[in-house]
Amino acid sequence: MIQLIAFYLFAAITIASAAMVIFARNPVHSVMWLILAFFNAAGLMLLAGAEFIAMLLVIVYVGAVAVLFLFVVMMLDIDFAELRAGFVRYLPLGALVAIILAAELVFAVGAWQAGGVDLAARAAPVTADTSNIQQIGELLYTRYIFLFEAAGIVLLVAMIGAIALTHRQRGGVRSQNISAQNRRRPQDATRLVDPGVGQGMEL
Amino acid sequence: MISVGHYLAVSAVLFTLGVLGIFINRKNIIVILMAIELILLAVNINLVAFSAALGDLVGQVFAMFVLTVAAGEAAIGLAILVIYFRGRGTIAVDDANRMKG
Repeated sequence: MIQLIAFYLFAAITIASAAMVIFARNPVHSVMWLILAFFNAAGLMLLAGAEFIAMLLVIVYVGAVAVLFLFVVMMLDIDFAELRAGFVRYLPLGALVAIILAAELVFAVGAWQAGGVDLAARAAPVTADTSNIQQIGELLYTRYIFLFEAAGIVLLVAMIGAIALTHRQRGGVRSQNISAQNRRRPQDATRLVDPGVGQGMEL
Repeated sequence: MISVGHYLAVSAVLFTLGVLGIFINRKNIIVILMAIELILLAVNINLVAFSAALGDLVGQVFAMFVLTVAAGEAAIGLAILVIYFRGRGTIAVDDANRMKG
């Protein structure tokens, strides 16, 4: 019973805050609603027994992605009122597409519950005696090790790409060039001269 | 008792809201990226729900990979957004025709 109440609570707040994400006037508020939606989705996953994914959702989405969005929204000087100009104009088309999509999803769920798909074999059955995170770890580091490494490469490429895209060389900055300093030898930099009396010195 | 149908309903609503968000915020690419995050969240809820219902852990492993790709996509998308803003002074993607594509 308490599970059902918790499920409906989390589900209602998730959906309501997801709606606020797309309808909020200010993108900063959108990000805040997005954080609330992620928290409640993590609660939903906790109810389904996926503790590791729930915690990962809180750490990765709330801790990294949402904060990244927040940084970008706050650091760019954007006229958000102008960006909302076509909001009402696009609403009928968007609503139509959304209704079609929702109808299709309901249809798909109905067809699935009618028993069309029957998965006989479990690829990795859940065992009762070990914890969720241990089971995921044992699966992830053995059978899915290459996929796991590929995910790491995806993150690496994303990181390098983001740095390479946004890095900008500023002109007029005197930065230290260490290899040039190390290459400099005394004979290149200094010179011994013996000027005569009254001739002066050519620099 | 909570069945997999409950989770499917929630994720269907979330997915639909994400698509609706892409359509109604066509100018504001930040909200479009957030709507994509909502769509990926709906996919994750689906994966986890089926993983729990079928007693199969692979769904949770794949939810983790979806999460990874979502994080990478957000980082790259926001980086592109930042350089676009630097060049144009606006993020209205309605008239994003710089490459004349």
